[in-house]
Amino acid sequence: MESEDPEMEREDAEDEREDAEDEREDEEDERRRLKLVEAITALRGGRKKPLGERSEAAVRVSEFAVTAEGERQKVQLSDLIEGAQQSPAVPTQTRKQLQNLSRSQKTVEQPLSRQESERVQRDLAFQKAAVHVSRWKSVVTQNRRSEQLVFPLNQEPSGPKPLEKVVTGWRVQTPLEQEVFNLLSANKQPIHDPVLSPAEEASLRAMSLEEAQIRRAELQKARALQSYYEAKARRERKIKSKKYHRVQNKARRKEFLKQFDQMVKTDPNGALEELNKMELARMKERMSLKHQNSGKWARSKAIMAKYDEGARRAMQQQLELNKDLTQKVRSSLSNQEEQEDGASDPELLPDFVNDAEPGQVSSNPWMRGELSAEPAEAQRSEQEVAAPAAEKEQHEEEEEKADEEEALLRDFESRRKLRQKEEEEQEAAVQDVEDSDEEEGPADQDQEEEGLSEFRSLFRGVAEGLKEAAAAASSAGCSSAPLEGGLIRIRTVEDAELLPPEDVELLPCSESPPSAPQEEAPPTGQKARGNKKRKRNIELKEVLTKDAKTVTVPLAPTLTDTADGSDEELDQRGLIMEAFAGDDVIADFLRDKRKQEDAAKPKVVDLTLPGWGEWGGQGLKPSSRKRRRFRVKVAPAEPRKDQRLPGVIISEQRNGSLSAHQVSALPFPFENHAQFESAVRTPLGRTWNTERTVKKLTMPKVLTQLGTIIQPMTEEELARKKASAAGAGKEDPHKTKDQKRRARKGRHSQKI
Amino acid sequence: MKVKVLSRNPDDYIRETKLDIQRVPRNYDPTLHPFEVAREYTRALNATKLERVFAKPFLASLDGHRDGVNCLAKHTTSLSTLLSGSCDGEVKVWNLSKRECVRTLQAHEGFVRGMVVRFCGTSFFTIGDDKTIKQWKMETPGYGEEEEPLHTILGKTVFTGLDHHQKEGVFATCGQQVDIWDEQRSSPIRSFTWGVDSFSSVSFNPVETELLGSCASDRSIVLYDMRESAPLKKVTNDMDYMDVIMTMRSNTLCWNPMEAYYFTCANEDYNLYTYDMRYLEKPLVVHMDHVSAVLDVDYSPTGQEFVSASFDKTIRIFPKDAGHSREVYHTKRMQHVICIKWSADSKYILSGSDEMNIRLWKANAAEKLGVLAPREREAANYSQKLKEKFQNHPQIRRIARHRHLPKSIYHQTKELRVMKDARRRKEMNVRKHSKPGAVPVVSEKEKHVVTVVK
Repeated sequence: MESEDPEMEREDAEDEREDAEDEREDEEDERRRLKLVEAITALRGGRKKPLGERSEAAVRVSEFAVTAEGERQKVQLSDLIEGAQQSPAVPTQTRKQLQNLSRSQKTVEQPLSRQESERVQRDLAFQKAAVHVSRWKSVVTQNRRSEQLVFPLNQEPSGPKPLEKVVTGWRVQTPLEQEVFNLLSANKQPIHDPVLSPAEEASLRAMSLEEAQIRRAELQKARALQSYYEAKARRERKIKSKKYHRVQNKARRKEFLKQFDQMVKTDPNGALEELNKMELARMKERMSLKHQNSGKWARSKAIMAKYDEGARRAMQQQLELNKDLTQKVRSSLSNQEEQEDGASDPELLPDFVNDAEPGQVSSNPWMRGELSAEPAEAQRSEQEVAAPAAEKEQHEEEEEKADEEEALLRDFESRRKLRQKEEEEQEAAVQDVEDSDEEEGPADQDQEEEGLSEFRSLFRGVAEGLKEAAAAASSAGCSSAPLEGGLIRIRTVEDAELLPPEDVELLPCSESPPSAPQEEAPPTGQKARGNKKRKRNIELKEVLTKDAKTVTVPLAPTLTDTADGSDEELDQRGLIMEAFAGDDVIADFLRDKRKQEDAAKPKVVDLTLPGWGEWGGQGLKPSSRKRRRFRVKVAPAEPRKDQRLPGVIISEQRNGSLSAHQVSALPFPFENHAQFESAVRTPLGRTWNTERTVKKLTMPKVLTQLGTIIQPMTEEELARKKASAAGAGKEDPHKTKDQKRRARKGRHSQKI
Repeated sequence: MKVKVLSRNPDDYIRETKLDIQRVPRNYDPTLHPFEVAREYTRALNATKLERVFAKPFLASLDGHRDGVNCLAKHTTSLSTLLSGSCDGEVKVWNLSKRECVRTLQAHEGFVRGMVVRFCGTSFFTIGDDKTIKQWKMETPGYGEEEEPLHTILGKTVFTGLDHHQKEGVFATCGQQVDIWDEQRSSPIRSFTWGVDSFSSVSFNPVETELLGSCASDRSIVLYDMRESAPLKKVTNDMDYMDVIMTMRSNTLCWNPMEAYYFTCANEDYNLYTYDMRYLEKPLVVHMDHVSAVLDVDYSPTGQEFVSASFDKTIRIFPKDAGHSREVYHTKRMQHVICIKWSADSKYILSGSDEMNIRLWKANAAEKLGVLAPREREAANYSQKLKEKFQNHPQIRRIARHRHLPKSIYHQTKELRVMKDARRRKEMNVRKHSKPGAVPVVSEKEKHVVTVVK
């Protein structure tokens, strides 16, 4: 403003002066006016200062005060350009541009006001800064999403560092060192990290030539042999002659037997394995229905058997085969082996456990189905001493009968014979065991009591079963259960025969769990049966609850040596039973359930008003018609959900006391109920999770190190995050390792 | 006879030393653990209760000032050193581990308005009501030496705020204008003025170190770029629902040290506002809970939380993205809290208040201090996760959120709630009885920003 004002005034004053010269006529006025003007200009002061010529260099020269030389005029653009037009130093292009400029008549737009221009500048600067700051966005989001943040950010890895990093500028100095390093570098040995040299690594990776050749030769040979073998097998299979195959099979079997015998001598372990295999095959056979004469073919043959000798023989053969296959392999080896190895190998079951099988026949419910035909023959078979001759006779007799049913039953009989034979053997074995048991004496017994109790119980069952088989051999039903004899022996052989065998067997057995046959209370034969029939309607569970108490019934000792132990056991049991005498948990539960069921049943509402519509008073009752009319019957309730679940009470009523602990609204980060529920359902503790999982699940969100200053984020972090993000695709494990290390390092760190 | 016995490998159940934990074989089959949720719920409940039992945040009170503590400064390289300036111009240097004052100096006449430690930790700057900026050595002067500032700069006006650049020898002051100073020069290398209002605080962005923010008394927040000559942008804050008589300016501003573009300002309208500096039209979060003007705010060095000091005699800790505080600290004797700092290891909070004391608090009230045994740490982690897992369950939330408040604050909170409800109800009624769209719904965030000036 200062620079503009004087000039304006100056121009005004000049105009006025010219006017004064032109109009001299009004001199007085003029003089006065001049005087006034002079006075006014004198007030301003310094007005007459000539517009200066520049004589010395000034720091700031006003662009408005520059004048053309000599004349009191403003400097025009053209004045300045003229010199440029003539001087050869100015390039022609510029000259042209200047000419164009001087020709153009457009006025330049007025510049923005200072405030406005500043605002524009600010806006631009802000936008620039905002863009610049946005480069942190990736880091920020990455940190927000990360499962764990470890502070301080730029932690150096702990632990010993390699020498080269610690000592910078270390050089080989002494001649010895030089020699060592020369040697190392010459042999391509690792200098920094003493791991494998490249050659060693390469050799590790590669296989030697000789080895490879040997390997290849081996493979070739194997392949050739296999192809020969296959071709041979194919050829043989095509041979149709049955006789050929039979001979072959026989030869093979013989061969095998020979081999096996040899094996017994040379390689007992291998022989045992073979034996095991055979045992397995036997098991399979026993399980399957093969060769049982129950197939389609067998049935058709059975029809034919009456008339056709061939068919009969074929069936016979089948059964023989079955017998062969199911017969237990009993070689000298196995016995011997078991005797030898049994003690050394704790994995194996003791002898009598294995041998008890025939004894278990009666106790094991699975075995009974096969034995269902036994009782009829039992007596007879018992009288005869088991001998191969007798067996043959039996066969002959049966064949003479040649009855259809007999033919079908034959297999069972033959099996029974076999079993009986085994039983005889078994008994002897058991006796042995018993003897040995007795020999060991009571001193050992106490110690062994606990460990052996299992086996003893089993063994006792076996012994009992055998005794009965020997003595009565006819007891049907739960004859196997070690009962006090009298009760069971009520049943005679005739009774047993009258009854359908399966029924006899199965009914009582379903009552007694097979796990502890000797301790189970005697079902007491017919009595139990009678009870059962009467109680048909009573719930099974309820019956069972009562059973739990009968466990306490004292058991008559069957063997003298076990008596002491069982007494102790009984004492223990008695104590426990006494302690929990009143606790019939199951019955309580059932009572509870019934109560709930009753409560939930819809009730009949009686809305009868006595005396309404008829006479009322003492001794008068509303009529039955009225009562019937006003009794509101509610629709029967829907079947309870726990109707078929005996051990469960399902209550569909809302429990008010629970709602205080329940979440009423879906919490924020979750999008649906299932998400939230699954989040709650996932356990975190080490009771339910492995150590690793627990570590992972309970990892704190922020880890800080105790007593360490956490510096604000720096540019390096940005670069590092970028690099890690770029390398994430390739080297993710590295990053996680790094994080882990940092987490481990922060051992003394805590959650903030 | 062969006997089959159970045999176990002793390694499976025998400890090597008696200090080892007993090995507990577990079966993780979920069908065997039908009550896992219920059990964990109980554990979570117990953990929450124990947390409240052990919540004892107050550690120590440092007394020695003879007037209210007006400013605090963290040492940049030492965790155990704290500087404090009081209203009588005295500056004290404290050793926090010993909890004693190690040095006292009369720095200014009148208030010590601001104090900051140089990034190297060898010297610190103070400004005061006597219009001077002084630089002091961090070391205590030796025996016989005078306690003298390294440099003294005499300014034209009173300075109200001070902050130092993160890496360079440049610092910023504010008063009537925001000045950027070079440590070597006695005149500012740059001055920013925008309007005629005075500024109450200035702070450098610790991440994007060339950026500055300041709070002006015309209710505005102004951002600057040190590289530019003009201020960047200006937000004018207004309080919509408080009485007009009250001032509504922001008192302090603090940048998030881990997230470059977020800052939080403490406002006179009882709230704190977190802004994204790129979008100043509305704050990201409005942090409400104080019942009087918020005087100071400081971020945790991890950038996850911040702490605020208020005129209502409480300190509150807010998660950076939560609208309400997670913790409130108060004592009977603590008066208006004027300045607050979060320690550089993120474990402690330091507060200076009107009644001449500096208080040391734990940042996590129930946390056990010191080195934890591995099992302790694991247990702490587990219970923390449990608390998080069940935090939405009403019983647990109730216990976790329960805090005792002074009666006055409790009632004032209630009163404010009533007022707010009334205002909302009225607005709803007005909206109901006017032309649809005539009374627009304004969100809480939008309410507080009057305008953004470019």
